Amino acid sequence: MKSPDVIDKASLEQTAVKLRRDILTMLEKAGSGHPGGSLSAIDIILTLYSGEMRYDPKEPRAEMRDRFVLSKGHGVPALYAVMADKGFFPREDLLTLRELGSKLQGHPANALLPGIEASTGSLGQGLSVAQGIALAAQLKGSKQDPAWRVYCLCGDGEVQEGQIWEVALSAPHLGAHNLTAIIDSNKAQIDGLVEDVMPLGALVEKFAQFGWHTQRIDGHDIDAIRQALKAARDETTRPSVIVADTIKGKGVSFMESDIVGWHGKTPNREELEKALQELPS
Amino acid sequence: MSARLMIPSDVAPAATRKAFGSALQKLGATDDKIVVLDADLSKSTMSMHFAKEFPDRFYEMGIQEANMIGTAAGLALSGYTPFCCSFACFLTGRFDQIKMSVAYSEARVRLIGTHAGVGIGPDGYSQQGLEDLATMRSLPGMLVLQPGDDLEAAQMVEHLATDPRPAYMRLTRQNVARVHDDNYKFKPGVFPQLIGGDDIAIFATGGTVGYAVDAALRLHDAGVKARVYNASSIKPVDEKAIVEAAQQTKGLLTVEDHNVLGGLGGAVTEVVTEKHPARVLRHGVHDVFGESGSPEDLYKHHKLDADGIFDVAQGFYKSLTA
Ligand SMILES: Cc1ncc(C[n+]2csc(CCOP(=O)(O)OP(=O)(O)O)c2C)c(N)n1
Repeated sequence: MKSPDVIDKASLEQTAVKLRRDILTMLEKAGSGHPGGSLSAIDIILTLYSGEMRYDPKEPRAEMRDRFVLSKGHGVPALYAVMADKGFFPREDLLTLRELGSKLQGHPANALLPGIEASTGSLGQGLSVAQGIALAAQLKGSKQDPAWRVYCLCGDGEVQEGQIWEVALSAPHLGAHNLTAIIDSNKAQIDGLVEDVMPLGALVEKFAQFGWHTQRIDGHDIDAIRQALKAARDETTRPSVIVADTIKGKGVSFMESDIVGWHGKTPNREELEKALQELPS
Repeated sequence: MSARLMIPSDVAPAATRKAFGSALQKLGATDDKIVVLDADLSKSTMSMHFAKEFPDRFYEMGIQEANMIGTAAGLALSGYTPFCCSFACFLTGRFDQIKMSVAYSEARVRLIGTHAGVGIGPDGYSQQGLEDLATMRSLPGMLVLQPGDDLEAAQMVEHLATDPRPAYMRLTRQNVARVHDDNYKFKPGVFPQLIGGDDIAIFATGGTVGYAVDAALRLHDAGVKARVYNASSIKPVDEKAIVEAAQQTKGLLTVEDHNVLGGLGGAVTEVVTEKHPARVLRHGVHDVFGESGSPEDLYKHHKLDADGIFDVAQGFYKSLTA
């Protein structure tokens, strides 16, 4: 497996702007989908695929690859934008999002699109699947030297699901140290702010109590994301969780100022134009 | 029975989830035992109307369907009438909680599953309830309902205030045509007959009923006298109507926005094979996963729109008379 190319920070930030444009453009075309949680997650996903993870877009099912599970499946426009940029499929395909017959389903479908590791969209399930992938890497390689790493991105609302807390309990016990969970803490869900709907309390401390290696970072700071991923990789006994503070709708001022409103509403033509002006290519 | 529906032309199509939301809000005013729970989808299930008016009797559970169902069971076992709302797939996905805490505990929980079938469109399979009728129907003592229009949805909500059984009600995201007139009165275990005819019998449910009516009217014009039932009571089914149809027509066609396995098609087939063997064609989502697409494209693709049902029914009738 190819070792990852490390891309310098400035050009990665440039790419992130371009991918934000792609996300908004494909969502406007599709007429439905989730801009807020895609824009909050894009810097994290892009950084994962730009130096951290080992993969070959031309051989997306190669056995010895690292794996990424998007547990918050509705954020998939961000993942599609990264995959197109990295060469998993042609960039034009982005405009088929959510159309009948497209492999770019509204939520990730692993049987239809190589490079998608697990079908998600029903929240709360991806972290368990990622745990299984981590255990398989230890069987394939060894407990000390697993054959691959696995990364899983969850929403902060998603963390309300009980199954997440089952993994919180099991992953340290099972020694899934090659599992890195990232929580996209953008503070909003559908019915309101996470704080009002069902607060999570001291999330970092809770995971620490369960026996996880924990970090809290700015989820839009590419250097911080990189350093946190490296620290997680260097941790040799415990699973790692990175609580990433993010902004829902990041990059588009009118979305950032109405984070609940832009969860599952797509921009119209005019709003898209306005948003693209804020994201110069 | 006339071949035409007597529906005033100014009645606009409406989503059954919308009718549910208004009816629930109305019911809240007259019955203080009604409590409502939702799992971060109140704007989509339409439980938000009740939430706004009766905040003390509304529980926002966050994204915690299993916890919500168990909590609703506890409320029901303590004398309240909980309406427990989410998308059909997420709710019935917690099957063991429903099996144990609701059905087996005889807890009068009203499970409200919205966003039924491929009719939800572009979100794709993960959000499409396509197996819920099959699983809910398999639980002893469970009432399973799917209104054919907004008027019936509102009546079902009223009915659920007093019915002693645990219940599941399946609702559409998309608008559906009105198929009942103002004199209609819903009764569990009864399939209202919408159109008469003795050549074939179409049993349609949920989002497909209006299209089945359109298709049947065109079949009549084409010389095939198709009768149409609104199969809104999935459990108990209307055995009398099914047996009569088996006796009086050449074949039965079931139509549903659900997997053809285990839902309405299964229910009708079970009655026919045991009580009066006859040809049945099960039409719906033919044991494949749902997918993304516009609701219109998906109904066309699965032949669940009026054109599609017309074709399937005509082909079926030809095969019966060949
Ligand atoms: C099991 C389940 N319940 C409900 C939903 C509907 N739903 C889709 S997105 C969402 C809110 C998610 O909030 P969060 O995890 O914070 O995601 P983000 O804010 O990053 O978009 C909900 C409730 C779902 N997809 N799965």
